[in-house]
Amino acid sequence: MHKDYWRANLKILIILLSIWFLVSFGFGIIFSDSLDQYQIGGFKLGFWFAQQGSIYLFVVLIFIYVHLMNKLDKKYKDHNDEEDKY
Amino acid sequence: MDTQSLTYLFVGLSFALYIGIAIWSRAQSTNDFYIAGKGVNPVANGMATAADWMSAASFISMAGLIAFLGKDGSVYLMGWTGGYVLLALLLAPYLRKFGQYTVPDFIGTRYYSNAARLVAVICLIFVSFTYVAGQMRGVGIVFSRFLEVDINLGVVIGMCIVFFYAVLGGMKGITYTQVAQYCVLIFAYLVPAIFISILVTGNPVPQLGFGDTLVDSSTYLLDKLDQVTTDLGFNAYTENSKSKIDIFCITAALMFGTAGLPHVIVRFFTVPKVSDARKSAGYALIFIAILYSTAPAVSAFARINFIDSVQNVEYQSSPEWFQNWEDIGLIAWKDKNEDGLIQYSAGNALDGTKPKFVEGEGNYGERLVSNAANQANNNEVYIDRDIMVLANPEIAQLPGWVIALVAAGALAAALSTAAGLLLVISASVSHDLLKKTFMPKITDKQELLYARCSAAVAILVAGLFGIYPPGFVAQVVAFAFGLAASTIFPALFLGIFYKRLNMQGAIAGMLSGLIFTSLYIIYFKFINIEFNYAQHWFLGISPEGIGFIGMMINIVIAIAVSSFYSKPPEHVYEMVDNIRRP
Repeated sequence: MHKDYWRANLKILIILLSIWFLVSFGFGIIFSDSLDQYQIGGFKLGFWFAQQGSIYLFVVLIFIYVHLMNKLDKKYKDHNDEEDKY
Repeated sequence: MDTQSLTYLFVGLSFALYIGIAIWSRAQSTNDFYIAGKGVNPVANGMATAADWMSAASFISMAGLIAFLGKDGSVYLMGWTGGYVLLALLLAPYLRKFGQYTVPDFIGTRYYSNAARLVAVICLIFVSFTYVAGQMRGVGIVFSRFLEVDINLGVVIGMCIVFFYAVLGGMKGITYTQVAQYCVLIFAYLVPAIFISILVTGNPVPQLGFGDTLVDSSTYLLDKLDQVTTDLGFNAYTENSKSKIDIFCITAALMFGTAGLPHVIVRFFTVPKVSDARKSAGYALIFIAILYSTAPAVSAFARINFIDSVQNVEYQSSPEWFQNWEDIGLIAWKDKNEDGLIQYSAGNALDGTKPKFVEGEGNYGERLVSNAANQANNNEVYIDRDIMVLANPEIAQLPGWVIALVAAGALAAALSTAAGLLLVISASVSHDLLKKTFMPKITDKQELLYARCSAAVAILVAGLFGIYPPGFVAQVVAFAFGLAASTIFPALFLGIFYKRLNMQGAIAGMLSGLIFTSLYIIYFKFINIEFNYAQHWFLGISPEGIGFIGMMINIVIAIAVSSFYSKPPEHVYEMVDNIRRP
């Protein structure tokens, strides 16, 4: 039971952290120069990801995580009453 | 009222508020003192975390730094926000589930060793003091510039305020003052940003104005900036000048370092439930993102306003702020071509970079410096990057109350961070060193007393750092993040995600990360300063980014050494299983 919970948790982490890596290190740094050929408003796209977009997406990622984990907790909630005893 | 009386009023009112909150939320037990009785609402905790996190450096220096770095400045923006994703996903919920008081507590228990606990305490104290020195200095600078009191007196006033609510209230007092301080600092940051955004682009939202066209023109702000900066011989504003690998490593070192900073991590120990720790990290990042997404806009506005208001202007008719900051010694002008006009362009204006002021005035009434002019370029202006945010309202000619507000906001940012740092220092002394290692028999009441005493001592030491700033404060910031990334973060991360890691592996890992990162930074920042550029760096990685490599070394060594020694005892497996459980 707990093994399944942990595995599901790891899957969520891997997916979300891949997105985290892609938007910051990917779009903001590695591919930033090639994205710069596209423009949104006055921003070059790569520059926008480096100074604005990545920050907004970080916030979104955490809230997606909160949502998914709450759902997961509910599914596996059997005997624990949230208050830790360790 | 003039600007100065307004500043006194705003600063006085905000201080009265902090003291009032401190009296209302006194700590009664060690549980209150260390983790606010685990009763903090996640949204309030998010605000407190944001204030805890956003220091004098974020408030005062960051936008100025980015204004001069352009796109390279993204390392701070992404590094200091992206770390919260790591914190929320990899550390905060598990450490909250563990449910103890301090970060070394987790390391000592997980690696069943007081030696590991001690290594963690040493790293923690080093990281936190490095950080706190900068805060006290920030308090001093704001006092001397805006209230015209002596820098030292400013530091002492700041110490008294922090003393009052940190020693009395502990984590509980700090939490609720930080909530108030967040409100003050974010308001103080946004108001001038909105004003300036309207002035420059006509758009009231700085984040959008940043990408908008200039007032009365169809040119985009950023295109104009690119053009102006290249005309003056700088790198184009929206292009990188550092190498990709260096930008990558600096960003990573700042992210992992952020996630490993003890004063941020303990904030998540104060919420009632594990799910609250996750939610709280999300709120913290929202509150932080409000400032961090505004900062690069402020940078762009400041850069263009600065160039517009001084370039080819006669010194004698230069704006008042120019001469005010010259008086403080953070701006200097050397009329290289003797035409009486200010010329600003790329390169250091003076030999030896920092101005050394001497008695007397030049032909136009400017302060004289003993430095020779740097003849390699035509730049005549030395400007300290730290002043951009503080000078910004003046540069944009905003009303006096906005300037007063900025002063109160800068103080809130510096004091809130200082208090958070002092608390983790005192908790690691009274809890980890005394209670858990050397004096296990003390009662809760005695421990609380020791916690208060060590908080008081920590404040005194921090104050001394502010009054006699060690010349190396700026250099050691790389240290704080590098060490947090290469020692604390991997120890916590592996402790949760790799059960097999034993005491020997963890200690070897932490020590190797600590030694590698420190030696690299000390070599380039203190011993061979003249070698501190890309050709000599390991793989072209600057000392600012080396913490990331230190972290990799830590992880590899920890896992390798672990495999030579026996598995951790059964109760550690149970403990890790327990923190992984929903």
